[in-house]
Amino acid sequence: MEMFRSHVLICGGAGCLSTGCKAVLAQFLAELKAHSLEEEVKVVETGCIGTCDLGPVIVVYPEGVFYQKVKVDDVKEIVEEHLLKGRYVTRLLYERPVSGEQIPHYGDIDFFRRQKRIALRNVGLIDPESIEEYIAQDGYFALGKILTEYTPEQVIEELKASGLRGRGGAGFPTGLKWEFTRNAPGNPKYVVCNADEGDPGAFMDRSVLEGDPHSVIEAMAIAAYAIGAKQGYVYVRAEYPLAVERLSHAMDQARQYGMLGENILNTGFSFDLEIRVGAGAFVCGEETALIASIEGKRGEPNPKPPFPATSGLWGKPTLINNVETYANIPAIFQRGAEWFAQIGTEKSKGTKVFALAGKVRNTGLVEVPMGTTLREIIFDLGGGIPEGKKFKAAQTGGPSGGCLTEKDLDLPIDFESLKAAGSMMGSGGLIVMDEDNCMVDVARFFLEFTQDESCGKCTPCRVGTKRMLEILTRITKGEGREEDLGLLEELAENIQATALCGLGQSAPNPVLSTIKNFRDEYIAHIRDKECPAKVCRALMKYTITSELCKGCGLCARYCPEKAITGEPKKPYTIDQSLCIKCGNCLDKCPFNAIELK
Amino acid sequence: MSEPCCQITDEKYLKLDEVINQYKGKAGGLIPVLHQAQLIFGYLPKDVQIRVAEGLGIPLSEVYSVITFYSLFSLQPRGKHTIGVCLGTACYVKGAAEILQALEENLGVKVGESTEDGLFSLMQTRCIGACGLAPVLTIGEDVYGRLTPEMLPDILKRYEQ
Repeated sequence: MEMFRSHVLICGGAGCLSTGCKAVLAQFLAELKAHSLEEEVKVVETGCIGTCDLGPVIVVYPEGVFYQKVKVDDVKEIVEEHLLKGRYVTRLLYERPVSGEQIPHYGDIDFFRRQKRIALRNVGLIDPESIEEYIAQDGYFALGKILTEYTPEQVIEELKASGLRGRGGAGFPTGLKWEFTRNAPGNPKYVVCNADEGDPGAFMDRSVLEGDPHSVIEAMAIAAYAIGAKQGYVYVRAEYPLAVERLSHAMDQARQYGMLGENILNTGFSFDLEIRVGAGAFVCGEETALIASIEGKRGEPNPKPPFPATSGLWGKPTLINNVETYANIPAIFQRGAEWFAQIGTEKSKGTKVFALAGKVRNTGLVEVPMGTTLREIIFDLGGGIPEGKKFKAAQTGGPSGGCLTEKDLDLPIDFESLKAAGSMMGSGGLIVMDEDNCMVDVARFFLEFTQDESCGKCTPCRVGTKRMLEILTRITKGEGREEDLGLLEELAENIQATALCGLGQSAPNPVLSTIKNFRDEYIAHIRDKECPAKVCRALMKYTITSELCKGCGLCARYCPEKAITGEPKKPYTIDQSLCIKCGNCLDKCPFNAIELK
Repeated sequence: MSEPCCQITDEKYLKLDEVINQYKGKAGGLIPVLHQAQLIFGYLPKDVQIRVAEGLGIPLSEVYSVITFYSLFSLQPRGKHTIGVCLGTACYVKGAAEILQALEENLGVKVGESTEDGLFSLMQTRCIGACGLAPVLTIGEDVYGRLTPEMLPDILKRYEQ
C-alpha cells in the first residue's frame, strides 16, 4: 500500500464546489508536482465538511489544520510553507468571531468541537468515490458481522434496543418498523431509501449521499437481511445530480467487492439496489407517494393504513427509511446498541443532523446529540446572528413545522419537546430568522410552497390551502380583515383533521405557529396596515425627511410614476396616492433623505 | 427553435427506441424513460409521448398525466441555458425574491418563460441544498451563491457567447 506523509482534504460539497474548490484541487496537484511532492502528499476530494460559508475549505493532515476561503493563488503558499517547511499559513486560518483569536486545528473550532458525528462520521473525512477508504473506517464491518453471526431476529432486537427513531420527520421507532415488515405476509419484500429530501432548507441527506454513499448501501443490505428482501430502491430527487452520480459509482464498487449482488461475502445472502430519480414533486417525500412514483405513476399519496410495511411497492411489504436513519445503522452495529442508547434524551436516542441556514453566522451542517438546546446550536455552533441583529425565530421542520422563539432557546431539542413547543423535528432544517424577517410573510411563503406542491388529490389540501394562501396574501397586501385570523385558524384545523397525507395535514402548521407566537405582528398588518419588519412592500411608506433633503431632484427623475415633486434646492415631497413603492428613490438618494416606514 | 438541443431528428428517435427497449417490460420504467427522452429531445413533444406510450405499451393519457404531474418534465422547448432561482426557505429569507425579480427585469421574461433569442429559460427551483450559500441560482450545472442583484448582469454575460 502507498504511504503518504500528509493528506490534503479538499471539501467537494455543494458550497465549496460553487466557490471554486475544483480549481483549488487542480492547483494543488500542479503545485505538488512542481515541488516533486506527489508521492509524499495525497490530495483527496471529500464530501461536505460542513462549514459551507467558509468555502473552499481544506484540512491538512496529520496535523488537522483547517484553512478557509482558499483561493487558487493561496495554494502555492500552502504547499511551500506548510507542506515543505511545516509552517502554518496563518492568514488562512479560522478566526473565532468577536475575539478574532486564530484557531489552527479543525478539532478545536467550536463548530466542530461541539458536534458528535455518527450519521456524518465519514462525511468530509473520506473520499466518497473510494470503497477502500470506507472500509478503512470499518465500513462493511457491521454487514460482515451480521451476515455471519446474527439471525435476522437478533438484528431487529439490537436495533430496537438502540432506540433509533426515523430521521425523516415522524420519529417512528426504526426497529419496530423493521419488525412489522419482517412479520408481514407476502413476498418478495422490498427495502427503499427515501432520499427525496424536499424540505427547503434541509440538505443532510444530500451530504450523506455525496460524502459517504457506502454507509447507506451497507445499511440497506443489513435491512434487507433483517426483513428478508432481495431488492432495494433508492429514490433520489432529481435536484441532486452529484448524489446520484456518487451513489451509482459506490454501488458499482460495492458490486465489484462482493458487498452487493449475488452471494454477498460468500454467505449465500443476495441483495441488489437500483436508483430511481424523482422528477420534481415535493409530495414524493411522503412514503405512499414515493412508492407510486417508483412504480412509474403520478406521485399521489394513498390513505394509510395499509402501511407500506404490509402493502407497499407493487402491493408487497416494503421497508422505507430515510438517508440519515440508514447512515446511523452501520455505526450502531459496529459499536453496539448500548453505546448508541446512552447518547441523547430518554425518548430520543442518538444524534440529529441539523442544516443550519438563514440569518446565522456559520451556516452548514451540524450533528449534535439529541437534547442539545437551540441556544447552543444557534449561538455556540452557529456563532450567533450576523450584523449585530436580534434573534427572532427559528423554523424547524420546514413547511410542515413551526417556529421557535426566544422563550424556546433553552429547550433541549428532541422529537417530543419540539412537538410540545408547537413545531416538529422534521428532517432537521433549521432556518434562523432575525428582526428583518416578517413572520406573516414567512407563513405566506410556506403556504405558497405547500399549495404549489399540493398534488390535488384531496379537497382539504387542494382547496383549503388555496383559501388560506389567499387570506395570507391579502393580509400582506394590507387588505386584511378583522375576522381573518379566526378564519385562518378554523381552516387550519379542518385541513389538519381531514387531509389525506402528511403534506396536507401539516401544511397549516407554520401559519398556526406564527399566529400563536407572533399574533401582534398579524394584528399590525391587519389593523394598523403596518409591517413591523418592513418586508411587505404594499404596507410600506416612503417619505422624504425634509431636514436631510437638499433638493437635488434625483429621486423625482427616477420616479416612474412622477409621484415626487418639488423645487430645486428645497425639500421634495412624495404623493402617497401615486407611489407604487418601487424603492427607486431610496436607492438613488445620495443624502439618505428617503425613509422607509 | 433552432437550438441543436431541440431539433427532432431520426437519430434522436433511434436513441429513444434504445432507451425504451432497455426499460420495456420492466416495472416502473416510465419515469426513467421520460428522463432520458427529455435529455435527448430537450423537452417532451407529443410525438415523443406517442413513441414512449406505444413502446412501453402504456396508454398515451397515462404518459401525459405523468409528464404533467412532475415539474421537471417540460412540454415546451427550453432555452439553451436554464436558469433556476432557488426559492427554498434559506434563500427566501435571504432575499431570493429580489434576485428573481431582478432576473425578470434583466431578461425581460417572467418565470417559466424563455428569452426570445432562445438563450435563457427562467425557472424557479425548489431547494437545491446549497442553503449555506443562500441566495443561490443555477445555470445548467453551475451554481452561483451569495447573490446580490448587482452580480446578475456579469453572471449572465458569461453565457451570452
